[in-house]
Amino acid sequence: MSISVDTPDLTTSKRPLTGRSGLKAVVALLRSPSGVVGLVIVALFAILAVVSALGVLPFSPSAQDTSVRLHPPSSVYWFGTDQLGRDIFARVAAGVANSVQVAVVAVFISGVLGTAAGVIAGYLRGMSDTAISAVTNVLFAFPSLLLALTLASVFDRNWFTVAIAIAAGFAPIFVRVARGPVLSLREVDYVSAARATGMRAPAIMVRHILPNIAGILIAQVTLTLSWAVLAEASLSFLGFGTPPPAASLGTMVFDAQTLVIAAPWTLLAPGLVLILLIVGLNLLGDGLRDALDPNRKG
Amino acid sequence: MLFRLRTSPVARRIAGALFTLFGVSVAVFLMLRAIPGDQITAAYGVEAAALSEEQREALRSYYGLDQPLFLQYFTWVGAIFTGNLGYSMRSHQSVWDMTALSFPVTLELAVLAVLFALLIGIPVGMLSASRPNALRDWFGQGVGLAGLGIPSFLLATFLLGIAAQSWGFNPNGLGYARPWEDLWLNLQQMLLPSLVLGFAIAAPIMRTTRTAVLEVRSLDFVRTAKAKGVPASRLRWRHVLRNALVPVVTMTGMQFGFLLGGAVIVEQIFSLPGLGRQVLLAMNQQEYSVVQSTVLIIALLFVIVNLLTDLLYRKIDPRVRAE
Repeated sequence: MSISVDTPDLTTSKRPLTGRSGLKAVVALLRSPSGVVGLVIVALFAILAVVSALGVLPFSPSAQDTSVRLHPPSSVYWFGTDQLGRDIFARVAAGVANSVQVAVVAVFISGVLGTAAGVIAGYLRGMSDTAISAVTNVLFAFPSLLLALTLASVFDRNWFTVAIAIAAGFAPIFVRVARGPVLSLREVDYVSAARATGMRAPAIMVRHILPNIAGILIAQVTLTLSWAVLAEASLSFLGFGTPPPAASLGTMVFDAQTLVIAAPWTLLAPGLVLILLIVGLNLLGDGLRDALDPNRKG
Repeated sequence: MLFRLRTSPVARRIAGALFTLFGVSVAVFLMLRAIPGDQITAAYGVEAAALSEEQREALRSYYGLDQPLFLQYFTWVGAIFTGNLGYSMRSHQSVWDMTALSFPVTLELAVLAVLFALLIGIPVGMLSASRPNALRDWFGQGVGLAGLGIPSFLLATFLLGIAAQSWGFNPNGLGYARPWEDLWLNLQQMLLPSLVLGFAIAAPIMRTTRTAVLEVRSLDFVRTAKAKGVPASRLRWRHVLRNALVPVVTMTGMQFGFLLGGAVIVEQIFSLPGLGRQVLLAMNQQEYSVVQSTVLIIALLFVIVNLLTDLLYRKIDPRVRAE
């Protein structure tokens, strides 16, 4: 996955520092074709994940029926069945639910910790900035997949530790995304004014700094979600993701390795769903960034 | 920085990289101390249960596990500086010897992948930028989105599956051939893996090229050159592309970390005995001393490439030096 860190300079922007207000941002998002497409895809997957979690699909993701092994897609088995006679649609849906669960928790952890560290580093400067930046540089020195893999290999594995392993590589991204704009925000007049009135640093950070970087963070969260989905699938493919019997898109692709020609649906179903999920999150993230970032076109 | 060096930016950058490396070694050391149970259980597996309390103590002291953490750390780092990276109990090889064999594989894979990525990314990026929002731009953007959205492991599985199961083309099944043993077979074995990795990093290179070309083209000096009658092709290649390549170089360097991570996946799928496979195999076999040293080596490579990218960037862009 490519990791690019944009640090827009909020002080030189011609637009108001707060970026766009909520309603205007929604309108801007709905005007960009890629944003709408992304939003629709992500919404459909959210529904699929919820439906799967509720267990109202005709087949259970783990129910085996050896009489219908490797059955091609049909009106009964929408995406066909796998080598154990399990319904692939049910497994894909459960895999999406699992991916989304791991990705959301991973991004939540990295987002909260990374943003907090980035805001503190950027606002307080000095020793805390030095220390936080040093840790960030160290985490950035690992290829993120390798970091997640190493952590996943030493942990007792379950979906939550997999999420933590993935989060470790993404936290430094939020540190950089948050720290950059805060460096310029702390010099802005109303922040100095708040300081002069005796407002304490934690209160200033929460009341005046955070709301101003919220737009950038929301866009970053969406993009990071797509990387987290990819990371979870890659870990599962390598055997270090959510352990079986839980369905995972990466594990399904691994199991389909020898069936590419004999039963192509076993590879294509989880594969295309995975691509669609990642692309959808990417499009939504791009759309949100354009809609919320005051420095971009719109 | 912890201390302000009154020296050149280059020296400061190198000092920063060394400091980061120190942090990386501490992080790797601590991560592998988070293993549930201790290394004795990891090393001896189920047999560890049969050990008496005294035997366990003896082993702990033999491996230095009864020492304080920081002493263990310095013993490990000290050993690394004398060239002792640890030993694999399974393959009866030192990690140093294993790495001497596996590193060239990953290096060749990475170089070929970057080559493919540049060959795909730069032309498609230029094509996209040549007429923004036209059909060719949509095509370029589509290629970029495909590169971002198609996971390497999926593309690799798909291509290998088609090639091997449909056409019977699977040179990787023959056992790895080093380039100096059988160059032709080696290149066949490298073709699909480097194409898969290259495709993944072609996307960010394409996007960066597109943005940079569009930006450079709008600059005054390009208008001046056009006004004084520089031919279109010379303008495109000598004036615009040359300047647009500066961010592309940086982006390529930044993708190296992805290459090293992606190498784990691709080497595993195509059975290439590189660094990525070495670390994955060690993780599967719970040989934590091998994992520890190999992860450190990969992070070291990453830090060095980032440093070189940074220095190269200063070299080719005078504006950075002026700061």
